[in-house]
Amino acid sequence: MARVLGTSIKRREDPALITGRGKYTDDLKAEGMAHAAIVRSPYAHARIRGIDTSAAEALPGVLAVLTARDVAAAGIPGVVPVGWLLPDLKTPAHPMIAADTVRHVGDAVAVVVAEDRYIARDAADRVAVDYEPLDAVADVVAALEDGAPAVHEEAPGNVAFDWEIGEREPVDAAFASAAHTVELDLRNNRLIPHAIEPRAVLASYDSSTGEMTIHMTSQNPHVHRLLMTLASLGMPEHKVRIVAPEVGGGFGSKIHHYADEAIVGLCSMKLDRPVKWTATRTETNLTDAHGRDHSTRCALALDADGRITGLRVDTAAAMGAYLSTFAPAVPTYLYGTLMSGQYDIPAIHCHVTGVFTHTTPVDAYRGAGRPEATYVVERLMHLAGDATGLGPVEVRRRNFVSPDAFPYQTQVALAYDSGNYGPAMDRALEMIGYDDLRGEQASRRDNGAKQIGIGFSSYIEACGLAPSAVVGSLGAQAGQWESADVRVHPTASVTVYTGSSSHGQGHETTFSQIVADRLGIEPEAVEVIHGDTDLVQFGMGTYGSRSAAVGGSAIAKSVDKIIEKGKKIAAHLLEASAEDLEYEDGSFRVAGSPDRALGLGDVALQAYLAHNYPDDLEPGLSATSFYDPANFTYPFGTHVCVVEVDTETGTIELLRYAAVDDVGNVINPMIVDGQLHGGLAQGIGQALWENAVYDESGQLVSGSLMDYAVPKIHNLIPFELDRTTTPCPHNPLGVKGVGEAGAIASPAAVVNAVVDALSPFGIDHIDMPLTPEKVWRAVNS
Amino acid sequence: MYPAQFDYRRAGSVTEALSLLQENEDAKLMAGGHSLIPMMKLRLAQPPVVIDIGRLDELKGISEAGGSVRVGSLTTHADIAASDVLAAHCPVLAEAAGHIGDAQVRNRGTIGGNIAHADPGSDIPPVLVLLGASVHLQSPSGTRSVAAGDFFQDLLMTDVGEDEILTHVEAPALGAGTGAAYLKFEHPASGYAVVGAAASVTVQNGRCTGAGLVVGGVSATPTAVDVSSLVGTDLSDDAIAAAASGLDAEDPIGDIFASGDYRVHVGKVYGKRALAAARDRA
Ligand SMILES: Cc1cc2nc3c(=O)[nH]c(=O)nc-3n(C[C@H](O)[C@H](O)[C@H](O)COP(=O)(O)OP(=O)(O)OC[C@H]3O[C@@H](n4cnc5c(N)ncnc54)[C@H](O)[C@@H]3O)c2cc1C
Repeated sequence: MARVLGTSIKRREDPALITGRGKYTDDLKAEGMAHAAIVRSPYAHARIRGIDTSAAEALPGVLAVLTARDVAAAGIPGVVPVGWLLPDLKTPAHPMIAADTVRHVGDAVAVVVAEDRYIARDAADRVAVDYEPLDAVADVVAALEDGAPAVHEEAPGNVAFDWEIGEREPVDAAFASAAHTVELDLRNNRLIPHAIEPRAVLASYDSSTGEMTIHMTSQNPHVHRLLMTLASLGMPEHKVRIVAPEVGGGFGSKIHHYADEAIVGLCSMKLDRPVKWTATRTETNLTDAHGRDHSTRCALALDADGRITGLRVDTAAAMGAYLSTFAPAVPTYLYGTLMSGQYDIPAIHCHVTGVFTHTTPVDAYRGAGRPEATYVVERLMHLAGDATGLGPVEVRRRNFVSPDAFPYQTQVALAYDSGNYGPAMDRALEMIGYDDLRGEQASRRDNGAKQIGIGFSSYIEACGLAPSAVVGSLGAQAGQWESADVRVHPTASVTVYTGSSSHGQGHETTFSQIVADRLGIEPEAVEVIHGDTDLVQFGMGTYGSRSAAVGGSAIAKSVDKIIEKGKKIAAHLLEASAEDLEYEDGSFRVAGSPDRALGLGDVALQAYLAHNYPDDLEPGLSATSFYDPANFTYPFGTHVCVVEVDTETGTIELLRYAAVDDVGNVINPMIVDGQLHGGLAQGIGQALWENAVYDESGQLVSGSLMDYAVPKIHNLIPFELDRTTTPCPHNPLGVKGVGEAGAIASPAAVVNAVVDALSPFGIDHIDMPLTPEKVWRAVNS
Repeated sequence: MYPAQFDYRRAGSVTEALSLLQENEDAKLMAGGHSLIPMMKLRLAQPPVVIDIGRLDELKGISEAGGSVRVGSLTTHADIAASDVLAAHCPVLAEAAGHIGDAQVRNRGTIGGNIAHADPGSDIPPVLVLLGASVHLQSPSGTRSVAAGDFFQDLLMTDVGEDEILTHVEAPALGAGTGAAYLKFEHPASGYAVVGAAASVTVQNGRCTGAGLVVGGVSATPTAVDVSSLVGTDLSDDAIAAAASGLDAEDPIGDIFASGDYRVHVGKVYGKRALAAARDRA
């Protein structure tokens, strides 16, 4: 049989989705369903003096109006917890519904439930909240200044945590003796994830059984169930079922446990009726956890040969008003640990201050920490190329970790398992026609308003969240394994129950390829079930480019167990010894006796007809595995961006974008390319257009799609993609992960290209997004 | 994103629409709905009654007669962009309509709705002002027309009276020797014009005999630039740049993407480029 691993079979998910038959949460209806509208604070910081719900309650069709008082009266924990802890982390309570203080625009203060969503909205407008506005601070740097308004009493100076990795003294010594140093003050702009499908929930409580079924937009239903039952609703976990139907994108924003979903659950319990809530786009922008928002001072020291001797990074990372589920892990475990990039850096120190601000909470967004780290390292490398005179290619090459140095222990905890950085760079240069481009650039330098620039980003990422051995050593009190239950039916078709729930990635297709390949059957014979806590044993979910490396490995592990079990059954049926059996192309064979063989179908059927088994052989052919990876996986690559900058207006045109990525073995090239395209769009979007802007009073002024620019197809260009393949040495599939690579690599490539174009103007940095006005002002200053 | 309660009425004729307007205080006409419905969903508009005029064929269509083109108010942007009549007699209007939004927006949005809404970032207003078009209105008491230059009064404010329907616009066809161009600097989020420059020049025997430049997006209403200095010149790049640099806006609009100063600067650059493009087409 031809191998299906590594082939671009079409996504089995697509026929339903592109013919409009996919069922998303908002498509679901339940008997007796009511609708919720959440009343949100228009202030970034205010005291609630009182709430008058009478006018809302008086509106015909209104079923209930709940406030913090009702949360307290329900006797439930009523909070939204942070899931990842750091040493000395300040964890002020995040109430489901604000009781006396609101801390960001969009903070929930009440909820209205009505017979339809129009009445609910009308009634929400009639809830009269008496606010006493207080001073607010939205900017991450301003929040650290003396006398800044305090977000939480428990966090003096608005500091949520103070964290460091690496050692300071060797870095100081490296700078003291450096031949070259470069430094940079930069902002990593705040982003809004903008999944096309807004968050939504349909909670159905049934008092006769005490059971609650919650359909919701989730990247990790089991994690949501745990946090929802434990910290918010206080329900027994076995009485709560969470289902993620079709989920229309997440990019991280649907990992986190939010107040809104818990509020709707409470409403359903109160009314003993199903209650639905779907965020409006405005609510999405105000409440989906944002990404990035760093202010960083960083510097690189190099010796006379252009070898890096030290890297120093000091970052203030916004947490927003409350600590979201993963928030503290993002600018620490997923940021500081990536500071070595692709380079052999003998001394690194990274200090991060987590900062509360009166803004929407910040949490994992595509790349989560790694785009920010790559941006720091790759912007500095660009400057180092200039400072040393080596240029951007040679300075990188000279510092690449050499291919024979793996496993390579960085100074920031991670040990890279494998890598080979030179070939990706070589290929990228070849694809882009580097020397000719430099020639064209030179010929334009003196004439014309349109300058071209070439920017590089040689990135590394750590995917496959998260090996407990590694993150445990950093203080995380959890690991992130994945589970898979693979069941072979009597007729030899297969159902896989995976804890990796998909929200658009194509898990059903790729996981079926993994099983088909390993079992030697057709992918069509494999069904993949995910996203339902009643069906799937347990799962950590989909984020951090982990599904193939961790979820896929768990599946592979189960398939291997099934083959072992099948050998025992076949041995029994063939009256042979299990040790003598081999499994190949879908059949069990006795080694050396090719005619003594049984197909998977025969064995599967006999596994269920089992009637004369010896005592030590159980019927059935299925296996459950929990896979905790030994290490992260380390995809890498080099991206090259070519831009043309119109210096008269500051507008930037993308001319070329070439990406060479090494994501290990590839299960489905089409899906891998698709993931890269999406990630590139978002990374280029961050570099050029996207920006969540707050004014000084804490209003989100880019709260609508009229002001917040997500990249549209006509803003982008065809991407030129290629790959090198360095398989991951420690997982059974040799896969690494690709979901975030594009978003991680591309911001630095784009900014480096623009800065390169503008080097005749003495420009060495412009903060993202590189809007035409900023570029124009830089050129004219 | 849920509008407040409203009643929906569909008009079968212009006459019926006019009487519905009279009967229902604060009612809003709806053409393509692509500006009105977003306003209603954000509850920035809460009309008690919406009068749908979208199916009134009498207000649709493009024709040319006696040296002027006439475009019915309910003609969609897509039809304008694809019009043979306009391609022959007034291509700059089709060019501008082709820049609006995306295909869905152009298929639904109408020229009447576009100019009645009068968003400062709209693509059509500067072109109509450039062309010296007239806007035609009908009310129970009769019809009247107003010059496009007087029609746009302020941000989202026009000369359409409460009891009036915009029926069509009329613009002089571009004569021989005249070239015109519309150049758009698109807002990356909204897709509207940050700056939209509409320019025309007429050339006879190698000399400019007439020129116009109107810039949208910089102020609340389209800003006409005095480019009469071009008349009599050979339209050199320098002469064009000098003329376009006359753009002046007293109180330029700005947002987080582009400040007022920057818009004025871009208006000058795009004005220059639009004039040059018009020259090359003359
Ligand atoms: C996503 C999106 C992108 C867009 N991008 C652009 C763009 O790039 N450039 C651009 O110029 N525009 C853009 N638009 C606006 C688009 O052109 C609208 O279609 C147009 O502004 C309104 O036309 P309409 O027919 O939809 O009017 P409606 O929304 O139906 O009405 C708008 C207003 O005009 C009034 N009105 C409508 N018809 C008449 C009439 N005959 N007489 C009197 N009053 C009337 C209505 O009462 C209402 O107040 C965009 C819109 C959307 C939704």
